[in-house]
Amino acid sequence: MKINLKFLPLVAVTVFATFLFSCSSDKSGEQGSETQDTNQVAEGDDMMNDINKAKQVFYSLPSPIETAMLIKRAGAKYDESLLNPVSNAKNYMGNKSMALNLGVYSADLSFASLFDQTQTSIKYMSASKTLADKIGILNAIDKTIMDRLESNINQKDSIIDIISETFMNSNSFLKENGRAEIAAMILVGGWIEGLYIACKVSQTTSSADELIDRIIDQRLSLGTLISLLEQYIEESKDIASVHEELLKLKQIFDKIEVTTSKIEPVTDPVTKVTTLKSTEERAPLDPAVYKALCKQVETYRNNIVK
Amino acid sequence: MKRILFISLFLSFIAFSSIDANAQCKNFAKKVCMLELVPYVHDGIYNAAVLQEGDAVELYKTFYSGQEYRIAICGVDELPQIHFQVMDKDRNVLYDNKKNDYSKVWDFILQTSQQLVISIQVNTTDELGDVIPTGCVAVLVGFMNKENSFDQF
Repeated sequence: MKINLKFLPLVAVTVFATFLFSCSSDKSGEQGSETQDTNQVAEGDDMMNDINKAKQVFYSLPSPIETAMLIKRAGAKYDESLLNPVSNAKNYMGNKSMALNLGVYSADLSFASLFDQTQTSIKYMSASKTLADKIGILNAIDKTIMDRLESNINQKDSIIDIISETFMNSNSFLKENGRAEIAAMILVGGWIEGLYIACKVSQTTSSADELIDRIIDQRLSLGTLISLLEQYIEESKDIASVHEELLKLKQIFDKIEVTTSKIEPVTDPVTKVTTLKSTEERAPLDPAVYKALCKQVETYRNNIVK
Repeated sequence: MKRILFISLFLSFIAFSSIDANAQCKNFAKKVCMLELVPYVHDGIYNAAVLQEGDAVELYKTFYSGQEYRIAICGVDELPQIHFQVMDKDRNVLYDNKKNDYSKVWDFILQTSQQLVISIQVNTTDELGDVIPTGCVAVLVGFMNKENSFDQF
């Protein structure tokens, strides 16, 4: 018989619970106890089978650095006035506010670093550190990271790697310490900030078609984001309130009709890179819908950073 | 009393083993799997789980048009081979690593933005043993750092 190590903690807890239960039972209840114990074992077996059959599902969101990259590649120009001032960092209290704003600062940091704003990048890394420390994310952004950032200040690729590493540190720390809902809220904050910057830039740019396409693409990530939050909605009022805000956005995104053809994968025999070929049909964008979308994003973002 | 002490110690051992397994998983993702992404930039999102043979995991993610991506899926040496498929929203298979010698990575570009499903399964082995192989599986996504335009097609 093979021993299933993965469920050892669960078995241990079941054994411990059964032991406590049997200790607290009186003699007259012995017969009943035995029956109940047998049932508990049977239920335990069923639970094991269910867990074995259950397929774990991950929802992976665009990180702030990916969103910032998308915005820049779509032709956005840098505008520091759009970022959330670092002086606000001291105002945020409570896990929800701190997590959402850590996401906001992460997006601002990514945006500044991609546009070679080195001093601003350091400031935003420092503000991110303040919030990460307050949330209790140990060593996500430690002195070594700050030193590396300062010594690589003229090497953009290294800076992007450092930022990516800090996301990975905080992300993994929270997930491994049973605080995945905080990790999810950080991603929501980063995603909203990216969308806010894209909307604001698109409203002041003459040829913003590419940027608007990127904004409309975010309906796909919004679906993933909502599914992610629904995993924690029962256990967290904070998540429930964030989820409610995102549903308001979804209602507007749903007014934009997009259909895509079947995907045909074609692999280049030399580079081995596969192109997923497909076409997209989109009804002309109603300016009123786009305006309502950006307005809703701005309202929610300003509510987060206030 | 001795029994309680023994059980407490046993539970503490199990709890710490679990924390240790998680820490090892993070290190594996960071120090081993991350190397598979080079020269792509890791998106910073950590997806890893302790799995055993026969276990399956699915990951949903939106990928954007014009961006060049690499997916890296790695399992610790103790595990059998990791089989993964990438599917569209209707679950049509777009890539199957089994047909590519169980490659750990797949590079791709999309012409339109799509939500894709990455379905991962730890293969089972016919080998008989007392312990079911168990270990970390990491799923990392990287993108090519091309900042200037989407004109790639």
